[in-house]
Amino acid sequence: MPSRRRALTVLALLFALVVASFVVALAAGSIPVTTHDLFTALFGEMFSEKWAGMGETSLAIEVVRGLRLPRALGAFACGGLLALAGALMQVLLRNPLADPYVLGISGGAAVGALLAMLAGLVLWLIDLAAFIGAFAAMLIVFGLAHGDSSWTRTRLLLTGVIVAAGCGAAVALMLSIAPEAQLRGMLFWLMGDAGQISEPRPALVVLAAGLALALPFARELNLLARGDVLAQTLGVSVNHVKRGVYFLAALTTATAVTTAGSIGFIGLIVPHLTRLGLMKLGWGNDQRLLLPAATLVGGSLLLLADTLARTVIAPQQLPVGVLTALIGVPAFLFLLGREKHA
Amino acid sequence: MHDIVRMAPLIFTRDLSVRIGSHDVCRALNWQVNPGERWAILGKNGVGKSTLLKTLAGLRLAETGELIVCGAPIAVPPARTAGGTLGVPTFSRESQRTLAKRRGYLTQHHNDPFPSTVMETALIGRHPHLGRWDWESTADHEITRTALAEADLVGFAEREVQTLSGGERQRLAVAQLLTQQPQLFLLDEPLTHLDLSHQVAIMELFKRKTQGEFSMTSALVAVLHDPGFAVRYCEHALLLFGHGEWLAGPARTIITAENLTRLYGHPLREIGSDNDRWFIPC
Repeated sequence: MPSRRRALTVLALLFALVVASFVVALAAGSIPVTTHDLFTALFGEMFSEKWAGMGETSLAIEVVRGLRLPRALGAFACGGLLALAGALMQVLLRNPLADPYVLGISGGAAVGALLAMLAGLVLWLIDLAAFIGAFAAMLIVFGLAHGDSSWTRTRLLLTGVIVAAGCGAAVALMLSIAPEAQLRGMLFWLMGDAGQISEPRPALVVLAAGLALALPFARELNLLARGDVLAQTLGVSVNHVKRGVYFLAALTTATAVTTAGSIGFIGLIVPHLTRLGLMKLGWGNDQRLLLPAATLVGGSLLLLADTLARTVIAPQQLPVGVLTALIGVPAFLFLLGREKHA
Repeated sequence: MHDIVRMAPLIFTRDLSVRIGSHDVCRALNWQVNPGERWAILGKNGVGKSTLLKTLAGLRLAETGELIVCGAPIAVPPARTAGGTLGVPTFSRESQRTLAKRRGYLTQHHNDPFPSTVMETALIGRHPHLGRWDWESTADHEITRTALAEADLVGFAEREVQTLSGGERQRLAVAQLLTQQPQLFLLDEPLTHLDLSHQVAIMELFKRKTQGEFSMTSALVAVLHDPGFAVRYCEHALLLFGHGEWLAGPARTIITAENLTRLYGHPLREIGSDNDRWFIPC
């Protein structure tokens, strides 16, 4: 049975997984990195004195500090954000097939980013345009679905799908008129790529804030996942919580998409994988554990996938979105097949 | 159990009008449900029985009138203009929390889009009794285990909800309602999907929960389809005839073959004796 102590134990184990993933991500690559380099890069010079005589490895330290660590932190943050957003969307739409992109948020971000690229803007403006696009799509979906006060899931889902389709068409249009030179950058952006992460801090802050905002309402989300009427009967102010969840999911998705492009399947697969894993422990769908657990699993998974993406055919780098989709599609089909037999 | 309302009516209505769209469910309903009373709501399909129950549960607005449930005044706004939309009642957070602890509402439909165990699902009923950061305690688990046993679900605790049969799922909803430990039970077709023996067992269960030690605190209002069950388990009845017409009173005088014939628009015949009356369609 779920109890706070056992939940914390599970989270501690997952945290160990996160640490292990970081070690792998920082150590793997074409430039070899020793344990000593890792410690020095992460914790500064105080360790190198104790470990003196291990040889000069400043290049490795530079690589870890300057390249691998920001990228790893960014990949972790994006994975966590997408998994959190996916778990929230699944509760909000009460649909196990919902993912962070189902309401057109990534479509909006893509339109914004590609427009900025077409205009030849600098990187931070592209990021800003992506963020604005994501929020514009969110407001359009929210506004249209909110038409009257009956804010039904079907309406929300349909509006989202339509807006996403519209964005898809706009993206195709821009790709077809884009000059050859910009096409590759655009495609990489669309496929999702952690290599473009320069500054991981905003994503990490949003991730921490998102979790901190969602967790106090986790038990209310448990009720919401079982239906509005039940939740309202048991004292949840359904409309407020729903609006909050939608905003939070949109914010986390927009941040992830802005940071690393639309990386597929993390938001869909990770909540399911986590839920299945917790089922084995007797916790089915307890958001109090599922939200933080999915966040940690999502972060680790994207971090490992990104490490694979930049090492598997190094020095060539694969877009991580391709890898997550290649892993995600069979995993998802497998889950779907299992669900039928259950 | 310090915050229990004693002896005050659990439902009090004055000139209450409930509508769905342009359809009147009840007009000027003056009605009172006291502790220890069991009421059956009878009426044709689509007459608005569930809508009335939902209004009583504080989950939807009424048109006009006054409604107090379990001591929580449910602010009923003045008549809205045509085309106005329904929404969540405007009562305060505080009365919403009070309602969540004191009145239970058994819905007709139960949704389980995500995998979950029977125990987890039944534990949900404890929500209003827990603080924001509380996890369910051993006591909450004990209450839930008792509730599962009362709903004849011993040995089901670890079962996956999606593998339950219709009747078992219905009994799980009953167990969830019991873990909430409300004073006022609002039941929308509680016998759906149940076999005959469980129909009797569940009605007996709710009878136990509203008599004896509970007769000073608890009451029941159930939408039922079988007038025989209504007279057997409920001493009072509220008949909804459609077009806003209603009739409330002791089941003995209200549930008659004549009234039921008018209610259902189909001739019914009464059989049996005083304490054991059944109605069969002609």
